[in-house]
Amino acid sequence: MEQINIHQENVVNSFPRIGSPAPQFEAVTTHGNLKLSDFKGTWLIMFSHPADFTPVCTTEFLAFAQIHPELRKMNCELLGLSIDSVYSHIAWARNVEEKFNQKITFPIIADLNKEVATLYGMIMPGESKTETSRCVFVIDDKQMIRAIIYYPLTTGRNMDEILRLMQALQTTDKHGVATPANWRPGDQVIVPPPKTQEMAEERVRDKTASCKDWYFCKKDLK
Amino acid sequence: MACVNPDGTLSPSAKGVLAILNQALTAEDVSAKLNQPLFKVRASLREMTDAGLIKSEGDKYIITEIGRGKL
Repeated sequence: MEQINIHQENVVNSFPRIGSPAPQFEAVTTHGNLKLSDFKGTWLIMFSHPADFTPVCTTEFLAFAQIHPELRKMNCELLGLSIDSVYSHIAWARNVEEKFNQKITFPIIADLNKEVATLYGMIMPGESKTETSRCVFVIDDKQMIRAIIYYPLTTGRNMDEILRLMQALQTTDKHGVATPANWRPGDQVIVPPPKTQEMAEERVRDKTASCKDWYFCKKDLK
Repeated sequence: MACVNPDGTLSPSAKGVLAILNQALTAEDVSAKLNQPLFKVRASLREMTDAGLIKSEGDKYIITEIGRGKL
């Protein structure tokens, strides 16, 4: 991992950033040894949870497993992670299926040596030095980081927002547009603002977009 | 999907992959034929190549004699 030395004794790790390539790794998972590159060509939601056999994490795993079929329709896979052994992961996944009747269909990284968690900045020492926080990394089919979400240990994530985020990112890629606050599929999208005066003048004459002003135009997707 | 058990036997999914590799296929072909996610197929092909059960020819994979002996 790249490190930046600041004032000789302080070392700051360089974590993944939106728009940068996702750091590559190979890890032991509940589906065998996997490399990040195995997911090339597929979108990936890699997420961490604090620990197996804990209540908030169990609700999240149920919820992630429930949206997995919908994500797969969007060419997107799921990959979980925590600082637990693969045997703990297997036991927990089996317990979730037995107690909640929900099969865990995605692999879970057993990151006992914290290698991937450290690489991706999933540990927040102010919260816990031994558990990963609730992180989500959206990695696109070209293995670029497209979005990052961090939640604290206490608060379960919102699957609806994760689905909405995936739909928004893929809509952006497909149509070259942006999406406004609270956007949902079917809503109007934002036409990226003009970058020159000439383009601004052209934009206000564009009848296909509904504009409040030259910089604020929306349109329907066909 | 771990393919080769510690005792040298193969998992059912590994046998499924081996069974269709009498002809050279790409990872994408295997994924489509077995209706398995591509990431799982890539991991299986890597593991089975390391175990000598299959070999790669360009971007395609085909079963070896060792692999045939496991079926």
